[in-house]
Amino acid sequence: MKGLKRNIDKIKPHFEKGGKLSKFHSVFDGFYTFLFTPNETSRSGVHIHDGNDSKRTMIMVVLALLPCCLFGMWNIGLQHFMAIGDPGREFFKLFFYGFFAVLPQILTAYIVGLGIEFIVAQIRGHEIQEGFLVSGILIPMICPVDTPCWMLAIAVAFAVIFAKEVFGGTGYNFLNVALVTRAFLFFSYPSKMSGDNVFVQLGSQTAVDSYSGATPLGQLASSTDGAVQLTNVLGDPLSMTDIFFGFYPGSWGETSTFCILIGAAILLISGMANWRIMLSGLLGGFFMAVVAHNWMSPLYPVSYLQPLEQLCLGGFMFAIVFMATDPVTACRTNTGKYIYGALIGIIAILIRVYNTGYPEGAMLSVLLMNCFAPLIDYCVVNSNIRRRMRRVTVKNS
Amino acid sequence: MNLKKTFLPLFNPLSKDNPVIVQVLGICSALAVTAKMEPALVMTISVTAVLALANVIISLMRNTIPSSIRIIVQLVVVAALVVVVDQVLKAWNYEVSKALSVFIGLIITNCIIMGRLEAFALNNRPWPSFLDGLGNGLGYGIILIIVSFFRELFGSGTLFGCQVFPQWWYDAGYQNNGMMILPPMALIVVACIIWAHRSINKDLQE
Repeated sequence: MKGLKRNIDKIKPHFEKGGKLSKFHSVFDGFYTFLFTPNETSRSGVHIHDGNDSKRTMIMVVLALLPCCLFGMWNIGLQHFMAIGDPGREFFKLFFYGFFAVLPQILTAYIVGLGIEFIVAQIRGHEIQEGFLVSGILIPMICPVDTPCWMLAIAVAFAVIFAKEVFGGTGYNFLNVALVTRAFLFFSYPSKMSGDNVFVQLGSQTAVDSYSGATPLGQLASSTDGAVQLTNVLGDPLSMTDIFFGFYPGSWGETSTFCILIGAAILLISGMANWRIMLSGLLGGFFMAVVAHNWMSPLYPVSYLQPLEQLCLGGFMFAIVFMATDPVTACRTNTGKYIYGALIGIIAILIRVYNTGYPEGAMLSVLLMNCFAPLIDYCVVNSNIRRRMRRVTVKNS
Repeated sequence: MNLKKTFLPLFNPLSKDNPVIVQVLGICSALAVTAKMEPALVMTISVTAVLALANVIISLMRNTIPSSIRIIVQLVVVAALVVVVDQVLKAWNYEVSKALSVFIGLIITNCIIMGRLEAFALNNRPWPSFLDGLGNGLGYGIILIIVSFFRELFGSGTLFGCQVFPQWWYDAGYQNNGMMILPPMALIVVACIIWAHRSINKDLQE
């Protein structure tokens, strides 16, 4: 480590003002602060510093995503070998199958996203922001395993430019970048983003006879005769344990509620995510699921799900834990956070159950509430001002 | 110099004073008819014709219209012209007329037309008014054509209905972008044009 630092310090003057490589100062600075804590203190006034800068925040979130990520890779392998009727279930065989299936997507997301961030930072003369570290891993996790890389590249470029950079870069985006990427893919290339054939990778092998690649929510949405038995890819019934641990096809990062809860614990203990949003989101979703279950009807087959299944299936938990708690796009006031989270939960289940055109509503509800977050904050702040103003005038008169 | 001044109403709206990307008028129809190039072209011609003729007619009548009822008079003139355009389209190009459906009728409500009648034709002589109508119609049309070019190319892989992207692209896994067909993408394409236009014309930046 010391040798590395000595070497980097030696080339540092080239990147300072007046050096021959000063144009690339922001790139150098990005890598430098990635490796070492900047050795700078504030020069004026009194400041309270926390060791937690945005780089460490991002690393913690990536750490919290790791359980979902690793499980998702294993699950890709599991679904694949189940679908082609291969009885082998060795851990590393499954894991590495999934790992190599998603590696190109992760690389694409990072190369395109970080490439655009680097270019914009160079043009504007900013430091390179680290916001894309999290988005880059989130994006492949919420997409089907079979998404072609060129589609992913276009969607990432679109989201980073139009949802983030035009508003001023990391910290100024009012929409969640990863979800904008997914929404772009969803509306641009619907045949690759939904349906029965995209969530399980078959490769060049043929599937066994009883195979069906539909996700549980997909099976429900396409059923016509009311209550259906949820099944896995081979047509065997899914138990609540299977659903909780995530042994079913879906966007590969979001199936396992168990791993998402580990991630949630990491986020909450390290103080990265806000418990108010998670709690109110869960309660809102649970409330809506109970309402839907209470008035279940064959018109809306998803309403036959038990409330707990409703919460564990699809992308709901993932959206509540990792998307809704994004501090940039969520509400800032504490009261606002309760309202924001609850509405995300309610709307996600509402769309999922009552809009039969969309099998999943978590993405749309988070994006919708992202748009309303500033308005909620405005109302909360103003009602607080009004309340306190009233107190002031009463005392004076 | 004098000639340049005469034709100012014609050339100004093409770029510096463009009704769509500078004044941000007529956005709704720019989103609605630009999924394909053919309807966009027909819409351009229709709006230009209506705008130029309405400008001339209002300009001829400008000294006789009482100002308290001028909006109604303008509406009657525009509505009459739109009906004529609609009938001509139905007679000569029924397919496109069906594709444009209600949007030909809605030319009446196009803010560009009322805006030019109010702002220009009521105060100017017929010849400059005609040029102004022509210029604004074409300025609107340029944006429509640019937007519809990108939307049809990437949304359907065609231009004026002819296949542009070769079949082997599709065989290799290329897919048309479904969002290009949807109105939100038209808004984003318009925004990109505004972006490019303002970074060239720095004096327009606020």
